[in-house]
Amino acid sequence: MAYFLQQLVNGLALGAIYALIAIGYTMVYGIVGMINFAHGEIFMIGAFISLIGFLVLGALGITWVPLALLLVLLLAMGFTAVYGWTVERIAYRPLRGSFRLAPLISAIGMSIFLQNYVLLIQGAHEKTLPPVISGGFVLMQSGGFAVQVSWLQLIIVGVTLALMAAFTAMIQLTPLGRAQRATEQDMTMAALLGIDVDRTISLTFVIGAALAAVAGLMVTMQYGVIDFFIGFLAGVKAFTAAVLGGIGSLPGAVLGGLLIGLIEAFWSGYFPSEYKDVAVFAVLILVLMFRPSGLLGRPEVEKV
Amino acid sequence: MSKEALLAVEDLSMRFGGVTAVDEVSFTAYARDITAIIGPNGAGKTTVFNCLTGFYRPSAGSLVLAQDGKQFRLETLQGYRIARDAGVARTFQNVRLFAGMTVLENLIVAQHAELTRASRYNFGGLFGLRSHRAAERAAIERAREWLDLIGLTARANEAAGNLPYGAQRKLEIVRAMCTGPRLLCVDEPAAGLNPHESAELARFLVAIRDRFGIGILLIEHDMSVVMGISDHVVVLNYGQKIADGAASEIRRDPTVIAAYLGEEEA
Amino acid sequence: MGWAPRLKDAALAALVAFALALPLAGFQTADTGQGFTTRFDWVAIAAGAAFAGKLLLGLVPRRFHLRQRAARRTALPENQAMPIAGAALVAFAVLLPVLPFSSRALVDLATVALIYVMLGWGLNIVVGLAGLLNLGYAAFYAVGAYSFALAAHWYGLTFWEMLPLAGLLAAVSGILLGLPVLRLRGDYLAIVTLGFGEIVRIVLNNWSPVTGGPNGVNDVPRPTFFGMPIAARAPEGVTTFNDFFHLAYNPMQRVMFLYYVCLAAALVINWFSLRIRRLPVGRAWEALREDEIACRALGLNPTTIKLSAFAISAMIGGFAGVFFAARAGFVSPESFNFQESATILAIVVLGGMGSQLGIVLAGVVLATLPEFGRDLAQFRMLFFGAAMVAIMIWRPRGFFSTRAPSVRLDPP
Repeated sequence: MAYFLQQLVNGLALGAIYALIAIGYTMVYGIVGMINFAHGEIFMIGAFISLIGFLVLGALGITWVPLALLLVLLLAMGFTAVYGWTVERIAYRPLRGSFRLAPLISAIGMSIFLQNYVLLIQGAHEKTLPPVISGGFVLMQSGGFAVQVSWLQLIIVGVTLALMAAFTAMIQLTPLGRAQRATEQDMTMAALLGIDVDRTISLTFVIGAALAAVAGLMVTMQYGVIDFFIGFLAGVKAFTAAVLGGIGSLPGAVLGGLLIGLIEAFWSGYFPSEYKDVAVFAVLILVLMFRPSGLLGRPEVEKV
Repeated sequence: MSKEALLAVEDLSMRFGGVTAVDEVSFTAYARDITAIIGPNGAGKTTVFNCLTGFYRPSAGSLVLAQDGKQFRLETLQGYRIARDAGVARTFQNVRLFAGMTVLENLIVAQHAELTRASRYNFGGLFGLRSHRAAERAAIERAREWLDLIGLTARANEAAGNLPYGAQRKLEIVRAMCTGPRLLCVDEPAAGLNPHESAELARFLVAIRDRFGIGILLIEHDMSVVMGISDHVVVLNYGQKIADGAASEIRRDPTVIAAYLGEEEA
Repeated sequence: MGWAPRLKDAALAALVAFALALPLAGFQTADTGQGFTTRFDWVAIAAGAAFAGKLLLGLVPRRFHLRQRAARRTALPENQAMPIAGAALVAFAVLLPVLPFSSRALVDLATVALIYVMLGWGLNIVVGLAGLLNLGYAAFYAVGAYSFALAAHWYGLTFWEMLPLAGLLAAVSGILLGLPVLRLRGDYLAIVTLGFGEIVRIVLNNWSPVTGGPNGVNDVPRPTFFGMPIAARAPEGVTTFNDFFHLAYNPMQRVMFLYYVCLAAALVINWFSLRIRRLPVGRAWEALREDEIACRALGLNPTTIKLSAFAISAMIGGFAGVFFAARAGFVSPESFNFQESATILAIVVLGGMGSQLGIVLAGVVLATLPEFGRDLAQFRMLFFGAAMVAIMIWRPRGFFSTRAPSVRLDPP
């Protein structure tokens, strides 16, 4: 029982990280109908910027954790957002209206480019960071096994829920959110009604990138080690989460993220962990085969 | 003279979630007739087409196509089989040509089933089997005849997407005809055409019907086309059939006029 | 356009470049520990380059903008130069090993190039012709290579015995991949194929008792000359090629033989892929790519069309895998990762989806690039990523953007 609970705790924390990345996928897919294949690399860049942020702040003598954390958070979100904006501007905007596969191939090219860019300027070696937030508490004990919850895990889940609430509020209540929903429904009409479609789309990418940066920050703190390749796998899994939850649905992305995190944690806990990624891919294939609209999405009727 | 029924639609219904797009519609399209389906926007006309041609699975009802002793229940057939086995061909509201392929290629693709057979599922074709080469030549000739009919022979090797709109519409109809159908379903063929082009298209449809003896099912808003060539008109409104009869009767039917109130068509 | 807006644009570009470069290029982390070095000069260079670049771009007159030129979609007339260029290339390829500047390394490199070209043609069938984006093509490559390696390792089967079998197995795996993705649209289909590729790699990497795990299989046999191995010595009772023809053994012979086998295979695959475009199934692939709904309305069965595309392209990948294994003498899972799939995709995209010759050139360039200095190899993937983006924007149909119609109507 205790072991089960531990996997549950771990899974939720991991899932929260996937949820943050998944939101970026789902928002972009909802508004421009394409998979931002480079989003996983944006997450990786967020992780690197976070790590570098901590290192630089440490060198500058800013070591008080709450301040350092806040600064790194803002810096990572800010710089990663610029990356997100640039990618959209360079690789996707020119292709709006092009043939079906063009944005996807461009996205793949962008993903390869970003991965190798980081590889070249930071090196292939993995980078480490000593723990920033350590410690936790014991949730319960049973049969000699203590279920441990770390402060960091609590922070991760808390931040994710807070951000999700904030963005749901933004989508529903603010003019930007309305513009986004309108553009999602009918881009041409929204433009005719005076909505700056380009800016709305750019902002969507920027927000997605900022959230991915938060995920990157969490991962850096949680695992203490990153390398240029983490974006690939995390990206595919987060996309699976977005699909599972229902592509285009914000709560769906969070739900999907948590589920994928749980699936991964439970698989690692009870089955050979080398195959945990296979488990996630299998989920992707099964969902797309049998319920492509996901858990919270609405089935799409083919328009002829 | 008793007419032979080609397509019998009985109690066709189509529901999407909570919305009933088509509500127990029944009508008969007769062989060698041009049957028009008309009605205000949103009446369910294209939905009926989509049910007939296998793009939607009807929620209820039956669609029976019968000719020469053969019978096909369209509501049970898999999408592509409706075109291939039952012989129901269609065109689309927004022209769906293979834009990047040439005019000729569009017509050759339409003859896919026959060419596949002749090439022994492509294996014979791979090694230059004579029957395959003959079948290809025949297919090209058939395409040439059709292209001559619509005056596009000179542009046969051009990309279909580069044709002017009116030519694209005609090509799409011709492509559907290359499948050798029993029933041709044409979805708003006059949309976007000027009166001269519409009249020409109307004559074209009649010529096809006369020469090949097929039935034609027509969705159209342009009343001059509808009244000019239809043998039989079915009127839909809000998913239900409100009138069914000869063009002259429909024109004077008060329910039909009321349904169209506010929408003026010549 | 006045100078003020131009300068403003350029300044903005410089600012963006600065923001992009500062965190990652400005601070380089050490390989171990928490040290880092500052490289603000790089940041300055990036900002400066962006400023200059944007300024220069703004000075190019509108009518030279490449994007607008490429906007028209046409099936361009058949390029007359293609067949001649092709014939010249074939002649060169046949003569390569005996040319004066030839060497064992060169012939081996040419073999690698041929394998990549075959992979490019294979992927082109499913991506270029049928328009189904397969991001896990390396999986079929792996199926071919591993089935040969394992069959040889466990059951002693030879190259020639396994070549058709491996192709068949790869085709079957192609169908297995095709089945779940039948109803999926472009983006989703791509991700699922990526997942499939990863699943194959992970299984190969972890199922050690059967596949040898991360170490792979390292006793892959070379092709024999009608049953006679080309080797210095052979097991009891087996005549070597060298004994039979009374030739001293020279490793170059083995390399040349494999090269010619690959060349022959490549020519067959070339003939096959050119021919299949003119067959009903090939036209159906292209029609499917153009508009699947119209295909259904014409009585074409999308299921068989898609499955045949997957199966045939997978089969070609499988053949390439056998050649790969035979050349290297060993197989390991790391040769079949996503990077490999992406590389093959890059060949198809850069060479021009649907263009036989373009793929040859892209494949040759890609195979030979690492040889022009080790430094360049690092930049290879970076370059290809950027090139893929650029090609999509500038010339989506690749450098050789002619689409020759599969059938022409000649005047009577």
